[in-house]
Amino acid sequence: MRLERRETVPLTLVATAPLAAVVAALVLAAGLIAAAGVNPLAAYGEMLRGAFGSRLSLTEMLTRATPLILTGLAAAVAFRARLWNIGGEGQFFMGALATAWIGHSLALPGLLGMAVLMICGMAAGALLLAGPAFLRLRFGVDEVVTTLLLNFIVILFVGLMIEGPLRDPLAFGWPQSVPVDSAYRLADLVPRTRLHMGLLVALAAAGVVWLVLTRTVFGVETRAAGLNARAAAFAGISLPRTIMGVALLSGALAGLAGAIEVMGVTGGVTTTMSPGFGYAGIVVAMLAALHPAGVVAAAVFVATVFVGADAMSRATGVPSFIADVIVALSLLTMLVALLFTTYRVRR
Amino acid sequence: MTPVLELSHITKRFGPLVANEDVSLRLGQGEILALLGENGAGKTTLMNILFGHYEADEGEVRVFGETLPAGKPRAAIAAGVGMVHQHFTLAGNLSVLDNVMLGSERLSRIGSDRRAARKKLMAISERFGLPVDPDARVSKLSVGERQRVEILKALYRDARVLILDEPTAVLARPEAERLFETLRGMTQDGLSLIFISHKLHEVMAASDRVAVLRGGRMVAERATSETSSSELAELMVGRKVQRPVRQDHAIGAPVLQAERITIVEEGETRLEDISFTVNEGEILGIVGVSGNGQGALGALLSGLMAPTSGALRLNGADVGQLGPRGLIAAGAARVPEDRHAEGAVGEMTVWENAILERLRSAAFSRFGFVRRAEAKAHARELIQRFDVRGAGPDTRIRLLSGGNMQKLILGRCLATGPRFLLANQPTRGLDEGAIAAVHEELLAARAEGAAILLISEELEEAVQLSDRIQAIVKGRLSEPVAAGEADARRLGLMMAGVWDTQDAA
Repeated sequence: MRLERRETVPLTLVATAPLAAVVAALVLAAGLIAAAGVNPLAAYGEMLRGAFGSRLSLTEMLTRATPLILTGLAAAVAFRARLWNIGGEGQFFMGALATAWIGHSLALPGLLGMAVLMICGMAAGALLLAGPAFLRLRFGVDEVVTTLLLNFIVILFVGLMIEGPLRDPLAFGWPQSVPVDSAYRLADLVPRTRLHMGLLVALAAAGVVWLVLTRTVFGVETRAAGLNARAAAFAGISLPRTIMGVALLSGALAGLAGAIEVMGVTGGVTTTMSPGFGYAGIVVAMLAALHPAGVVAAAVFVATVFVGADAMSRATGVPSFIADVIVALSLLTMLVALLFTTYRVRR
Repeated sequence: MTPVLELSHITKRFGPLVANEDVSLRLGQGEILALLGENGAGKTTLMNILFGHYEADEGEVRVFGETLPAGKPRAAIAAGVGMVHQHFTLAGNLSVLDNVMLGSERLSRIGSDRRAARKKLMAISERFGLPVDPDARVSKLSVGERQRVEILKALYRDARVLILDEPTAVLARPEAERLFETLRGMTQDGLSLIFISHKLHEVMAASDRVAVLRGGRMVAERATSETSSSELAELMVGRKVQRPVRQDHAIGAPVLQAERITIVEEGETRLEDISFTVNEGEILGIVGVSGNGQGALGALLSGLMAPTSGALRLNGADVGQLGPRGLIAAGAARVPEDRHAEGAVGEMTVWENAILERLRSAAFSRFGFVRRAEAKAHARELIQRFDVRGAGPDTRIRLLSGGNMQKLILGRCLATGPRFLLANQPTRGLDEGAIAAVHEELLAARAEGAAILLISEELEEAVQLSDRIQAIVKGRLSEPVAAGEADARRLGLMMAGVWDTQDAA
């Protein structure tokens, strides 16, 4: 038996690969659910109801999807250029921290202030990834290691700040940062739910990223550099500039996710505000085959699993950790599915 | 003549592709058979079936009258078939003797009998006239010597039928001639040989019989003495193909000048004190055995490497430090050595590849956005003007054949009417039809006044196209000779690094 590269990859195969991966992940996780003594179909039914069953559950799911869209875009943009940004989590927190800190004492009119805060969050995320990108370009340091390790450093740094200089004096001793000024809180998209305008920002970001990747000189250069760095260099495309540009864009998107989460949901920063948005963004990007439109769909899937698993846990007693298992399994099955889209198996 | 080897009615399919269709072949005792065909004609597939790397869908292989079990290289070796691959399969960190012994001893043996092995190797070496130092490390050997080790490896396994896949692909002309002399001598010792080639001259010079494959079918078999190069060329391509001929015309002023350029990279001298001039309307050919600095010369003229010392001038301006974009803007165009690795991004479309070098020019972008309509129109124009087949602007360029991809890359270069063109191995791996097309375009550009530097390992090509020729040896350049004075002997000497003595004489 051996693998043979396909001459062309039919579009239907590209579209069905993520679906097949998701189904495979759910089937595999069904084994674990059954082992917990629950009928998997019933459990998945609860999960769907928990994410789509009511107005509240639907808006909760979309609230979760909002930062996932942005961290998913961050990973997709970077991976396309073969910049392995595993630091979405750290960039998310830096964006959140910068937004809370500056937004606490900013004195600008509402909308302008919001825009400024989002830009601050983006800048913070971008700067955090600029470091590893520089180290890779200058010294050949593997960015997988640097970005991953930075996540832990950043979370410890956030802990330091919210225990210290940015501690909220009104939080009764809870480790929480000062909140952004209420003038800069994003309005509710659906009244009396947590769903906020940030979803529209995330969707707009997906549109902008698509436009940048497919229609601009920068986008074509990025794709060329990612697909064949030697040919890109031969054609005169500056690889360092492309990589740095991609790093700034990717970090900015993850930072924006943090900014919006603070402005729309939490107000201040806590070290527990992210259930792994940055890491889940990698899964989202892979399930989306690195396509911006796919990122939106994949973010909805991952959010469904996260939100639905809580409901399932309450109804059936299966631990909600199954959500992490399903998300992780879907990354693995997607990698297998990608193998089968690029190669065919021969005897 | 008794057949030592017989292939009968071999058919092999890869999905919808038929690589071999009903091919039958006989090899007589002591015979040299050339298997001639273009790239993709199915030569290598056929030999891989014979050697057991592939299983044929239909047909069988008989060696000395015995049918070989399909798909078992070990059985082929045991039956006395040896194969010398185009890409060597030697371990560079081991000695010649180790390499030859490798895999010939049973795994269950304790210790290895090096003394007996050495004795056997030396006996073979002497008998077939293939001198080697059994203790030399393979990584220290020249390409020609490595090939000798490959052949010895096959003979050590008692091969009586030897298959050589493109044996001269990596050899300089004199080395290739020596190889064929050796092979000829070996047949007198009872060996029978098949060699695969797409080079007509060596087929004519070295074989007893020729089998021509085209599109997976055996189209002709000829005794070499009863055929001619032109007949073989026609059989191989399936129609009459003639390479265009260079017309004499007046040569203009200098366009590109290299002045005493040295390039040192990571402590190693890649180019040493080289100087040359390419004039308007002139093709300067750089010949040499691969690995003698062509890579660095190509990188220099592509803008990927800057001179450590010396100057590169294009129309008088120093362009050595400009990088690819600056060099292109200054009027240079480049055909890279490896079109898949450097010339094109396979997964991108034809139109994207067509403008990749000029993405940032006003013609193809505005406010940072790509002007897609203009870019696609440009791609369509290139496709039409340079006769690129099987592609539209939105086709992924990976799906193009080598010849068509090369025509597109050449078109991308020539569309701007460049002052200087680097053509680095422009026909490597192309079939006869595509070679003629590429030559035609190069000569047309020359006629329009472009200064062209041609780097080639194909002597015929260099002599046919170039006005003057210089040889590159170990990073140094010989003095130029006019094409008219460049006979095979003189070029062979130049490529071997013998030119100082001639200058003195």
